[in-house]
Order: sequence, then C-alpha cells, then structure tokens
Amino acid sequence: MKIDFQHNQAAHCENGVTANMLQYYGINLSEPMVFGIGSGYFFSHMSFYKLNGMYVTSFRVWPGVIFNRVTRRLGIKVNRRKFSDPDRAMQELDRLLEQGKPVGVLVGVFHLPYFPKEYRFHFNAHNITVFGKEGNLYYVSDPVMEKVETMTYEELKRVRFARGTYPPRGRMYYIEKVSSQPDIRPAIIKGIRNTATDMITIPLPMFGVKGIRYLAKRLRKWPVKLGGKAAALNLGQVIRMLEEIGTGGAGFRFIYAAFLQECAEILQQPRLNELSAEMTAAGDAWRAFAWQGARLFKNRDRGMTSYDDLADKLMAIADQEENIFSQLRHMKL
Amino acid sequence: MKLDEVPQDEAYLEEGKIRDVCYAVDKDGQYTRALSKGWIPKNEAIRYAWESIYEHAGETRRLVLQGKLSPIAFFMELNVMDVKILADYMEISKRKVRRHMHIKGFKKLSPELLSRYAEVLHVTPTELADTEIIRRMELKHED
Repeated sequence: MKIDFQHNQAAHCENGVTANMLQYYGINLSEPMVFGIGSGYFFSHMSFYKLNGMYVTSFRVWPGVIFNRVTRRLGIKVNRRKFSDPDRAMQELDRLLEQGKPVGVLVGVFHLPYFPKEYRFHFNAHNITVFGKEGNLYYVSDPVMEKVETMTYEELKRVRFARGTYPPRGRMYYIEKVSSQPDIRPAIIKGIRNTATDMITIPLPMFGVKGIRYLAKRLRKWPVKLGGKAAALNLGQVIRMLEEIGTGGAGFRFIYAAFLQECAEILQQPRLNELSAEMTAAGDAWRAFAWQGARLFKNRDRGMTSYDDLADKLMAIADQEENIFSQLRHMKL
Repeated sequence: MKLDEVPQDEAYLEEGKIRDVCYAVDKDGQYTRALSKGWIPKNEAIRYAWESIYEHAGETRRLVLQGKLSPIAFFMELNVMDVKILADYMEISKRKVRRHMHIKGFKKLSPELLSRYAEVLHVTPTELADTEIIRRMELKHED
C-alpha cells in the first residue's frame, strides 16, 4: 500500500515535511513560505546547555514549532501523538497509512540507514514523512534526500525510539482534514510579526538579536577561557549549525529573504523587496563569518586577534538583523 | 548569495553523497533554488569534529591498553556517545555505565549485559572483549 505522495527535496526537514504534506492536501506553498508563516527564523545561544560537550547555538525555532504554527495559522486540523510502547507506535502508524494519511514522524539521525556517516550524530529532531508500507518495508520521504527512501520495520522503529537528548518517543503528526483553501495573507502577517517580536523583544540575553551579541561577547573570550582547542571546537559547532544540511545556507537567512520576496508580491508591499535584499546581505555576512572562522581550523594555533575579528563581525550582523526586524515589527502590512 | 556563488566544494563523504538545497539570487534579483555539493567551511567544520572524536578515542584506547579503562569506554567514543546516551540505550543508570567503563567493573559484567553492550555499541561480544582488535584498529577520518 503506497499513498500517491509527491516527494520534494527541501533545505530544511520540517519545512519539507510540512510543505509536502500540505501539497498532498491540495495546498501549494513554497518552502520559504512555510518557513515564514511558521516563524521558523530565530537565534539562540545557550551558555547553560551543552550537547556533546559543546555550547548549543541554533538558528531556528524548536523542533515541531513550524508544523504547529503553519497549520494553526491556516486553520488546518492536525493531530499529534507520542508513545511509550514502540510496537504500539508502529501499529498506529500502520493504521493511519491504511486510512490513506501520510504521517510526519520525528526520528534520530544516528541510526538512519541511508544517511552518510559524517552526518550521523545523536541528533534527535529530524523529520520525515512516511507514506506507504509494503511487507516489511516503509516508504519514506526525507526532505533532505533527493529521492524517496525505504526503511524496514525494525529500522524505522529504532530511529523513532532513538535515545539521548530530547528522545523522539515515537512522536508523529498528521493532518486530520482540510476544509477549504485557507487565506494565506493573515497567516503571513502573523508569521512575520511573531518572528520580529521574538528576535527583538525577548528579555533574556541568549535569544534573538541579543543572542547574537551574547555569542559575540562569549566567543571573544573563548581562546583564553577554554584554550585554543576547545575554542576551535566550539566555533566549529557554530559553523556546523549555520551551514550544516538543512539550513539552506547561512542559517536560514537566505530562505527568509526568499520568503520576504514572495510576500512583497502577495501583499503588494514593494518595501518587503528592499528588506529581502537587506536580509540577503545579512546572510552573506554570516557566510563571511563562516569562511573566516573555518580558517582557524586549518591553522589552529593562531592568536586571539582572529576571535576578536569574528566577534566584531557578529556585532555587525546583530545590528543588521535588528534593523530589519524592528522595521518588520512596526511596518504596516 | 548569488546563483553563481552557490558552493560546489565536494565533501569527504564516505558513503554516498547528499546535495543540499540552497536559496540564491539570480541575475534579475529573484530568489531561486539550487543544489550545492558542499562548501569548504562546512566541510572543514565537519571534518574537524570527526578528527577530534578520533583523537579523543585514541587517548581512551591508550588507557584501555594500559588496563585502566574498559573497551566500553573506547567503543562509546567511536559511537559518538557520552555516558548519558549510552545509559539511555542500555536502560541502566549512568552510575552503572561509569562502573562498567573501568576494567574492574567490566570484568564483573554478566554475559547478558555484555551482549547488550555489544549490540548497542555495534560490535560483536568477542570484539568487545578483545583488546588486540582495539589495538589494531585504525582511527582516522577518511578523506
């Protein structure tokens, strides 16, 4: 049994799952549109939280948030489940597939059989869509892969019940029903306002534009505080989060610029085209940061000046993004 | 990022290759999708992360061969796990895992628990107990 499901590759897994699933129900939204309406854009740098011994830096919202916000803002009824019993979780998945519903599933990537070894860390917030089953084999649409993949019952069960930080616990989600073509304009405006507010106003140093400055301040001290090697590892972690598979380049900044461009057309607001260009410039600045940062790995014993330079670059980026989002926050849309 | 700036620096992927979707601006200023084979800074960051994992595993191996730590400590690092992740997969407490990481606790392991460790760490029970195999293992990130 295989649902007639169109697999489209995407830059980011949750955008991809959401867009592909909406398309199945007759709502065609581009990946940037899904990302923008779902307010996926964010920044956080956690000084109190370590993963694999490194500080966590993130360029987007928590897993699951994009799907929830997009469907809520479009008035689509969805359902979410999690399980304590793995076999039960698989049974429920089978039941939904038999009803002809494609199902979004949260998995850990460490045991994903079709993933290259380099990407297999214990990262438990990857999203895929399961859309069919034949015998022991499941058909899987993984948005970061170019083609449709398959997994056996045991393989799928294992990745759905991966262990470690934020275990997926068999989490799955699906669309119950779509009643009518939703009006996307109010959803877009909500999406933009939400992101702008979160980027500017959260009164904690780790989040939004403040978070970028916070990272800059800490990064400046890493070579002295942590020593050259740990400093380079932590910097490498930032660059990986910025550029690793699933960000569409420069930590989602280009996707967001593409979203603003699309909005300019839909909302008839040419000003958004200018802000899109400014967002592209911010993305390019992040890329320059990554480029310069990566040079520190090649030559690991460099002095502190280069960390200072990197921190200065981040401060400039923070100003750029603050400017963009304070305009988006107050703009008449 | 302009369309002709979408990086195509091949990564050092051992198994298969992934091309990422990117968003870039074409010559008319319109955003379009493009596929990227990889980018040097990103490849370097991934490579550096793996190199340090192998470097660390090498140090742990020295302690295993000196009889200070058990092979569990070594294979845990090759699986990019820490004590918490390993304890979660084993469904035992972190304290117990820490005990089994030392040679004294390792020797007291029951055959059942040993084979569960082997399964979780993706080795055979024989490999898990054989330090000769650990000695000969090559620890290198392949280009």
